[in-house]
Amino acid sequence: MSDKYIKSLILYIKLLVFLLSLIPLFRLIYLGFNDALGANPIEFVERSTGTWALVFLMLTLSMTPIRQWSGINSFIQFRRMLGLFMFFYACLHIISYLWLDHSFNLNEIFKDIIKHPYVLVGFTAFLLLIPLAITSTKAMMKRLGGRWKLLHRLIYLIGLLAVLHFLWLVKKDLTEPLVYASIFFSLIALRFIYKYRTHFKLSLVRR
Amino acid sequence: MLINKQSDILPSEITAKEAFENRRTLIKAAGASLLTASGIFTGLVSGSVKAATGRQKINAYAKSKYSTDEKLTPYDDVTSYNNYYEFGTSKTDPSIESRLFKPTPWTVSIEGAVKKNKKIGIEDIYKLTPLEERIYRMRCVEGWSMVIPWVGFPLAKLIQWAEPTANAKYVEFTSLSDDLMMPGQRMNVLDWPYVEGLRMDEAMNPLTLLAVGLYGEMLPNQNGAPMRLVVPWKYGFKGAKAIVKIRFTETMPKTAWMKAGPNEYGFYANVNPTVDHPRWTQSSERRIGGGLFSPRIKTQMFNGYAEQVGQLYSGMDLIKNF
Repeated sequence: MSDKYIKSLILYIKLLVFLLSLIPLFRLIYLGFNDALGANPIEFVERSTGTWALVFLMLTLSMTPIRQWSGINSFIQFRRMLGLFMFFYACLHIISYLWLDHSFNLNEIFKDIIKHPYVLVGFTAFLLLIPLAITSTKAMMKRLGGRWKLLHRLIYLIGLLAVLHFLWLVKKDLTEPLVYASIFFSLIALRFIYKYRTHFKLSLVRR
Repeated sequence: MLINKQSDILPSEITAKEAFENRRTLIKAAGASLLTASGIFTGLVSGSVKAATGRQKINAYAKSKYSTDEKLTPYDDVTSYNNYYEFGTSKTDPSIESRLFKPTPWTVSIEGAVKKNKKIGIEDIYKLTPLEERIYRMRCVEGWSMVIPWVGFPLAKLIQWAEPTANAKYVEFTSLSDDLMMPGQRMNVLDWPYVEGLRMDEAMNPLTLLAVGLYGEMLPNQNGAPMRLVVPWKYGFKGAKAIVKIRFTETMPKTAWMKAGPNEYGFYANVNPTVDHPRWTQSSERRIGGGLFSPRIKTQMFNGYAEQVGQLYSGMDLIKNF
């Protein structure tokens, strides 16, 4: 396969991924216009956008291990788009919180954030996402050089906060947040195993 | 002309009514568990199951001076957005998973500090005292609220019938424990059965209601059929559903939510905008049925029932006794 062919193939897949990533948004719009968001539509929108931000976070974090273990480097080319979709759904999540849920009542919002741990960690995670989104362009990557990688390691902290946000929000049934927590920690574990795989192999050989 | 034809079925071959009903229950329960197993597909089959559950009008009930004139929360919202963990932890689970629940026959046993332990059938409870419609605000600890037209009678009437002794300081309510009909009980999210309780004076307050219906109809399964507690100045979880046992005690009952989260859920659980929950703002609430762009409304002390119940707590530290 020629490089040109691969390039255009990746372009098509990117377009497909882009369109697929918009489905959760269009679903909400469709349900909204058909009065099908249930008895508590605001909660529905908050939950849905939050869940999709979390899903895109997991997808973003999957690209590196998939690249490492499959040896197909092209996967890394999808990381930025997925990361930006995470930011997109996180923005919708926070807008629905600030606007729909709290009508921009800043006094109440401030109290809500400092008083409730799950809101505090969620809000912190969102703030930390902003510099990552801003520095996601190729130009910024070049400008920051080595520091770019360091900055973008923030995503692990954001992941941890996002998982905690979900875990602390739930009243009693922890099943769903625990699923995301275990996916998150598995993705971290895969990185470590890959990094130290030579050590594992060596120890096997020595035996 | 009268034809007296000998039946060709021996009387002994006829299935006893109880055995027949039992079989039906088992078949229904099997169906229910199938529905649970295929949780995500329930949406597809729900239409056909829906036809099996009928809505039944209550013939006679009086209006009450305790009713609010606020806008009612639509019937569909009241019956599709429920916290009823016996049928699952999502808000939409109860309306789906309770379709095969059988609220009759039903017996409530009266125990503890009473003259004599008694049992009473649900049909006798209906006849105990005239039914009333009470339109109450309901405030959930999660920060949402509804306005629901309950049909029921004051708990005080049942307590009078129960004849508690002087040792009765508290009333404990126990909900049904039956993981065949209540698939949510197969998961240990709470220590089943669900237990709730009230102090005797709270239980005797004229606002405290045993509801057997809503919107002029028999109580839907997902709302706690055949009989549930409604304490309008307390958070919704105090309202035990599908009550099978009422026990009078000398000591404070240990409720299901107190066991699950002692720092989050107190015995009193009075609606109080000044005492915050670790997760939810209690100073404001979302009224269900308002749509996507309706603002929150201010939560009132004792959910707006301070005039009727404030005196019950005079001199009490409501931050400590949350």
